[in-house]
Amino acid sequence: MDRPALGALVLQSLVWAFLAIGGAPTLLPDIHRYVVEVHHWMTSTQFAEVYALAQVAPGPNIMYVTLIGWQVAGWAGAAATTLPWLVPTSTLTLLVGHLHARHPQAALGHAIRRGLTPITLGLMFASGWTLMRTVDHDWRGFLLTLLAGVLVLRTPWNPLWLIAAGALAGLAGLV
Amino acid sequence: MATPSRSDTVPASDGPHVSAWALFLTCSRITLSAFGGLQFWARRALVERQRWLTEQEFVDLLTLGQLLPGPNVLNVTVMVGYRFAGWAGAAAAVAGLLGWPCLVVIGLGMLHQRYGALPCVQHALTGMSAVAVGLLLASVIKMATVLPRQWRPWLFAGLAFVGVGVVRWPLLWVMGVLAPWAITLAWKGKD
Repeated sequence: MDRPALGALVLQSLVWAFLAIGGAPTLLPDIHRYVVEVHHWMTSTQFAEVYALAQVAPGPNIMYVTLIGWQVAGWAGAAATTLPWLVPTSTLTLLVGHLHARHPQAALGHAIRRGLTPITLGLMFASGWTLMRTVDHDWRGFLLTLLAGVLVLRTPWNPLWLIAAGALAGLAGLV
Repeated sequence: MATPSRSDTVPASDGPHVSAWALFLTCSRITLSAFGGLQFWARRALVERQRWLTEQEFVDLLTLGQLLPGPNVLNVTVMVGYRFAGWAGAAAAVAGLLGWPCLVVIGLGMLHQRYGALPCVQHALTGMSAVAVGLLLASVIKMATVLPRQWRPWLFAGLAFVGVGVVRWPLLWVMGVLAPWAITLAWKGKD
């Protein structure tokens, strides 16, 4: 990737970092739009695979953002998508932490949370929707997705086992 | 706050003495054991094992971390790190929490680049991807249980979904319009 494109990726990642209220999964549709639809840096299928791989890795759920950066532009890309998460948002966190310590019951905080929770939810659903349209090509894919969702809600099983079972189902040619 | 004498982010003069190195080690352990859900492991390490935070302090910090942009648990560890060891502590906590997962995930990426095109790997990845979508949608359903049974929150959830997921407008535009509108309504107490 050339330098201007990398610079654009850094700027875009900064925007993402500040929009990621409620966590990185809410960003998925916008990252897909930017990386796959606008810039054609990877295919939709590659995008979904990278997301699934990152689910297997330990750590916070922004790791898929790092992996997408790496896939697009190597180590520089990984740094370009990951570092904007750290410094500006952490500084903001410390600043707000100070304010919160002084005014722990601030009504604005409540209003922000109550206002943003539904939006976060809508965005998460958009993430699932975006991935589902990429990943599930026929009823068997939809069935596996449905089954995984039901099992993780209804059983105490570790989600990693479900992902491993998905890999096995794929190997067996079931999806 | 359970302990008003101690603020959230100012380095503590009382309470346990914690070095930046200890913060780095603990955050490394949290993140490397955190397969599927960082929150669980962070609470276990910070509240139960190390006893750096009380239950109430952890909940307070997590609530605050959820309000702020960026990963919730990362925000919590930044505040914990700063509180015990200043800027060095915050940096050590972030390095511990994010450094190892970055290396692991890029290692997986390298394997994917080398072997990803093999048919058997392709099949396994298809199955894994289908499950990963199911897990994501399940977490949406879990979160939806906290929404009040009124039409306005669901309208905002629907607008966010349609704008970003279906029409595919840039997230910045959608958030720029919806977020101030929703916060203003919540501020006025109309929902």
